[in-house]
Amino acid sequence: MRRSMAKASVYTALNLMFFAVIGTALLALTYDLTHEPIARSEENEKLKLVTQIVPAAAYDNDIIKDTAQLAPDKLLGNDETTIAYRGRLNDQPSIAVLQVIAPDGYSGKIHFIIAIYRDGRIGGVRVVSHKETPGLGDYIEIAKNNWITGFNDTSLENHKDSDWQVKKDGGAFDYMAGATITPRAMVKAVHKALQYFAQHRDELFAQSPLSSLDKGRLGGVNSNLR
Amino acid sequence: MTYQEFKDIFYNGLWKQNTGVVQLLGMCPILAVSSSVVNGVSLGLATAVVMALSGAAIAPIRQVVPNEARIPVFILIIAVLVTVIQFAMNAYMYSLYVVLGIFIPLIVTNCIVLARIEAFASKNPALQSALDGLAMGFGLTAVLAVLGGIREIFGHGTLLSGIDLVFGEAAKSWVITVVPNYHGFLLAILPPGAFIVLGLLIAMKNWLNLRAERKVNATITIAVSSQTA
Repeated sequence: MRRSMAKASVYTALNLMFFAVIGTALLALTYDLTHEPIARSEENEKLKLVTQIVPAAAYDNDIIKDTAQLAPDKLLGNDETTIAYRGRLNDQPSIAVLQVIAPDGYSGKIHFIIAIYRDGRIGGVRVVSHKETPGLGDYIEIAKNNWITGFNDTSLENHKDSDWQVKKDGGAFDYMAGATITPRAMVKAVHKALQYFAQHRDELFAQSPLSSLDKGRLGGVNSNLR
Repeated sequence: MTYQEFKDIFYNGLWKQNTGVVQLLGMCPILAVSSSVVNGVSLGLATAVVMALSGAAIAPIRQVVPNEARIPVFILIIAVLVTVIQFAMNAYMYSLYVVLGIFIPLIVTNCIVLARIEAFASKNPALQSALDGLAMGFGLTAVLAVLGGIREIFGHGTLLSGIDLVFGEAAKSWVITVVPNYHGFLLAILPPGAFIVLGLLIAMKNWLNLRAERKVNATITIAVSSQTA
């Protein structure tokens, strides 16, 4: 009796192992077949997002590969190391793309990327992910409204500190009635990002590019929006 | 396999035992992704493929797997199939993958899949099991399409928005604007809208069933009364 029970358990265990081995083999095969197209489409997606805010004329290098590592900073609103993309024209630094977080949106953090020319002018801003109310605060998405393009070409020079607020608070930036917390958070975070860039510009462009290993660990820009 | 069997399987999956409005299984994806037709149909079809494949894969081995180990083995097979599909979508339909991302691994935990395996594939041959999975999946897809359509029209005033994620940029012109200059209706897009519309769909299904039943009863009464007359 005991013997047949032991036999049954061994059979069950072997059975389970057999299917686990087959399953693992299948997964390994699929991974092997798809990991290249996956890496390629992820790269393309990043490039699409980055090239939306970086004009093609502003760089001639492989901007997605030319990355720098930024330590967490209050001005960037993050507490993790992030990746910045660097555009160069004729081997001269021309533009940088930073990943920034506006921590005080209406429903939590708003993640966005910002392109800043070497002279401190904004090339463009795009929201990457947010949880703002659909239909109210989501006009910061380019798909819903072109409000976000209002940041283009602004800089610390052409907008003094008190301008970096929404018009309702006496600043220079538009907002929409019914949702002022969202644009307030965005304006504040963009202002801080410009300050960060002004302070760290030279070291950002001087840093040697990351190895692809580090990049995988850190994770670059990925949009969660359509 | 007889034609009658074939018909029964599809009648069950699409109508009589519909996973979305009769069995009420897999509510999480139903409510979460049905904010537009494209999202709903895409996840529905992905589930249908998983169900058909897992039915086909599990039915032939149903006699080999010992009873005690069947749940882990079934789940293992379903998980492998889902992950394969996830890899494939990530590689070849990236933008759609971004939208449906977190819901694809959740197909594994969707009780519809394991429920059909337990109820059908572990007792029937491979072909029937695959067809049963497919029919159940199509039934779910149909519910998700209707639900997504209603929510999209009320929420955004459009139909088929986001179709370019599946068929590429050229498909952008396929989007139908049902109500021009629509300002949007938040409730329909948020989860409560999903509950309300699903409730209405279930009510409609029950009403249709009752009506059909009454018709049958009426004909029987007529037949009986004409006989006695």
